[in-house]
Amino acid sequence: MSDGKTLDLERQEMPKQPAHVRRSNFEEVALGYSTELAAREARRCLRCKKPFCVSGCPVEIDIPGFVGKIAQGEFAAAIRILKEKNCLPAICGRVCPQEEQCEKSCILNKKGAPVAIGRLERFAAEWEAVQDRIEIPAAAAPTGKRVAVVGSGPAGITVAGDLILLGHDVTVFEALHEAGGVLTYGIPEFRLPKAVVRREIRYIQSLGVKVIPNYVVGKTCSLDQLLERFDAVFIGTGAGLPWFMNIPGENLNGVYSANEYLTRMNLMGGYRFPGSNTPVKAHRRVAVIGGGNVAMDCARTALRRGAEEVSIVYRRSRDELPARLEEVENAEEEGIVFRLLTLPLRLLGDESGWLREIECQQMELGEVDASGRRKPVPVSGSEFRIPMDACIVAIGNSPNPLIPGTSPDLACSSKGTITIDEVTGRTSKERVWAGGDIVTGAATVILAMGAGRIAARSMHEFLMQGR
Amino acid sequence: MFDVLERKMIVPNLHQLTVLAPDVAKVIEPGQFVIVRADGNGERLPLSVADWDRASGALTVIFMEVGASTGRLAALMPGDRIPTVVGPLGRPTALDRFGTVACIGGCYGIGSLFPAIRALHEKGNRVIAFMEARSGYLHYWQERLAPYCQRLFLITRDGSAGIKGHAGRIADVLREEAIVPQRIFVNGCTFLIYKASIELARFDVPVIVSLNPIMIDGTGMCGVCRVTVDGKTRFACVDGPDFDGRQVDWAELLKRRKQYVDEEAFLVHDSGCGRRHP
Ligand SMILES: Cc1cc2nc3c(=O)[nH]c(=O)nc-3n(C[C@H](O)[C@H](O)[C@H](O)COP(=O)(O)OP(=O)(O)OC[C@H]3O[C@@H](n4cnc5c(N)ncnc54)[C@H](O)[C@@H]3O)c2cc1C
Ligand SMILES: Cc1cc2nc3c(=O)[nH]c(=O)nc-3n(C[C@H](O)[C@H](O)[C@H](O)COP(=O)(O)OP(=O)(O)OC[C@H]3O[C@@H](n4cnc5c(N)ncnc54)[C@H](O)[C@@H]3O)c2cc1C
Ligand code: SF4
Ligand code: SF4
Ligand code: FES
Repeated sequence: MSDGKTLDLERQEMPKQPAHVRRSNFEEVALGYSTELAAREARRCLRCKKPFCVSGCPVEIDIPGFVGKIAQGEFAAAIRILKEKNCLPAICGRVCPQEEQCEKSCILNKKGAPVAIGRLERFAAEWEAVQDRIEIPAAAAPTGKRVAVVGSGPAGITVAGDLILLGHDVTVFEALHEAGGVLTYGIPEFRLPKAVVRREIRYIQSLGVKVIPNYVVGKTCSLDQLLERFDAVFIGTGAGLPWFMNIPGENLNGVYSANEYLTRMNLMGGYRFPGSNTPVKAHRRVAVIGGGNVAMDCARTALRRGAEEVSIVYRRSRDELPARLEEVENAEEEGIVFRLLTLPLRLLGDESGWLREIECQQMELGEVDASGRRKPVPVSGSEFRIPMDACIVAIGNSPNPLIPGTSPDLACSSKGTITIDEVTGRTSKERVWAGGDIVTGAATVILAMGAGRIAARSMHEFLMQGR
Repeated sequence: MFDVLERKMIVPNLHQLTVLAPDVAKVIEPGQFVIVRADGNGERLPLSVADWDRASGALTVIFMEVGASTGRLAALMPGDRIPTVVGPLGRPTALDRFGTVACIGGCYGIGSLFPAIRALHEKGNRVIAFMEARSGYLHYWQERLAPYCQRLFLITRDGSAGIKGHAGRIADVLREEAIVPQRIFVNGCTFLIYKASIELARFDVPVIVSLNPIMIDGTGMCGVCRVTVDGKTRFACVDGPDFDGRQVDWAELLKRRKQYVDEEAFLVHDSGCGRRHP
């Protein structure tokens, strides 16, 4: 804590692997605070009476509370406060866009040095894991009610974790062979170690949640059949349907969706190949189309797989890159080439069907468009070709239509998202709730968790009071 | 975990594997597939389902040992357990009372077409079946198929059983026998379904083929299984695997199928149909 007079504006940096080292390994980039650094950073917090930071956090963690405990060296108390609102602090501390949320709202941000809330959150969670004394909260007496959760991403995990503690019998169904959703198959190891995700899954299992992998709701059984076996159902199936650009040559070999590329690497352990059985091509020149976090993840993964040149191909300018600034900077440091104001027109291959070149067009910034950003407009006659042997399309995902497609009575938007009541998370179908990316379209981990929490509350009310 | 009930080699290099997967067996329909993993470190392999027993939960696939992952499946013994059997995936084959149907199976496709043949027969169709293979010793399941087929032709490339020839001969046989199919179904290696689509297009009826592109999740999440059908990109795992072979962009599919397979392995799998067993 500061003495109230002088503001400490020295934000403690988190140690990182140096760029030249980390660009060729899959270990975590950011190494986490030491106890000393954490305490020093925590002491910068002013413990505001009206903490703006809290209103910036979608799940309203008592930030001054947990930061204060870290400052006092009471780490167990800090983690307890965190877990009141956030069951996945080790994950959120790493991947939340804090600069847009809690840290953006921190009063010290006015001076350009917000408290490093995310790093402290991560610190507390790691401390708890290292202690190996994860506290298991007392669960309510069994209610005899059965809940099915479809999808084991952050939304589903949150619902399961909340409802099991309230005494309900919870079963999570997951289509893939491993739980965790995007945390497992999408976000790469060097940003979110899979051991951290597995630890969280084991934790909810230790509370009594049953996790059934290899089970596709809508295929292995329908939503209606689930409703025969369970009192309530939560759908948290995410936004897993990859978009392509619909330009010529997109089906050439060497062209991947971000989902395919990242799944091969993460879920299928491709980053360990040949130690794993998933074949992964060694590509020399890789282009990643898109400018979001997913694109950065793909580019940095390709680099670690040994590509000589990896570029981000993005049609707007650096200022419009939707990725977190930290990730852009990490990518730049590692040597990713940014081909900005560049629009792919078509992909050209050789006679055996492998990608060889990408034909692009130079863009320039025009008027502000509906998204509030300056619209890229093509510069005529500026077509050019770049030699490439792989191209990863990371331009977005929409919700997977598997469940909506097999449940005609579930109201959906024209974009394929499930329509819910925002206050309760209820869908148009009796006894069915939904939340996370399947409702919002591709968003963030913390928003998915927040949605899970809202639904869990409403589901509990329904299960106990029948409405 | 899923119990292995039986695994045996039925003809050189083709294995019949039966596992206990009651959730899948309860709801599977002809034309659908499962994804299996032989061990915790293994790849996800899509395999069409060749038979099932809803009551006991047994599920049978026929697979060809072509590479590392299928090799591991081929080593399974009763009592072993495997970590993944997920499904049923894909859309069921669209079945109806068409009249006369021609069903052509080769390689694992003899088995994977069996459920459709049985169902087509039960719907009152006149089923004319063709079993295609390089040589007579590679045919199997004749006795299983026979009760549901009005005619069952064997075709071998070396003439060692039935009619000598390849997929191209089927069109001739149909004409010689004055059989006019109202619909044609083809299952098997890519080479067979491709050839049959081209050769049988002249009957001017849908040639329904079960495509087998590379897959990962089987739920529409990764897009690796994309194929161009009738000029549009489709995901074989959720929009298929059945498509009208007359509309498939075969040149593209054949190239995509080869992505992770060197030329030689591809040839063994896709046109050898039965590498000589050591
Ligand atoms: C590469 C990448 C990087 C990202 N980086 C960040 C980041 O740094 N920070 C951040 O906040 N957000 C990030 N995101 C976004 C974030 O991961 C998602 O918003 C979040 O995971 C959504 O959670 P969810 O629970 O709704 O769904 P998901 O995490 O998508 O999980 C859904 C689960 O449901 C399963 N499922 C789908 N259909 C079925 C079915 N029919 N039956 C059974 N199971 C089914 C899926 O297999 C999946 O496991 C990133 C996303 C990606 C792809
Ligand atoms: C819907 C569908 C149904 C199928 N049904 C059957 C069946 O009933 N019987 C049968 O024998 N085969 C079937 N196949 C093909 C079978 O899945 C492949 O032969 C098998 O995956 C190859 O495995 P491998 O590693 O042993 O072979 P390899 O020849 O060593 O393959 C090398 C690599 O190629 C990739 N690969 C090649 N083909 C595929 C594929 N189709 N899916 C995923 N990866 C692939 C893999 O990454 C593999 O490691 C089916 C395929 C599909 C898509
Ligand atoms: S959960 Fe995310 S937004 Fe909330 S305090 Fe933690 S890092 Fe900040
Ligand atoms: S706004 Fe900043 S300084 Fe104030 S309590 Fe929150 S973290 Fe601490
Ligand atoms: S296998 Fe991934 S989309 Fe079809």
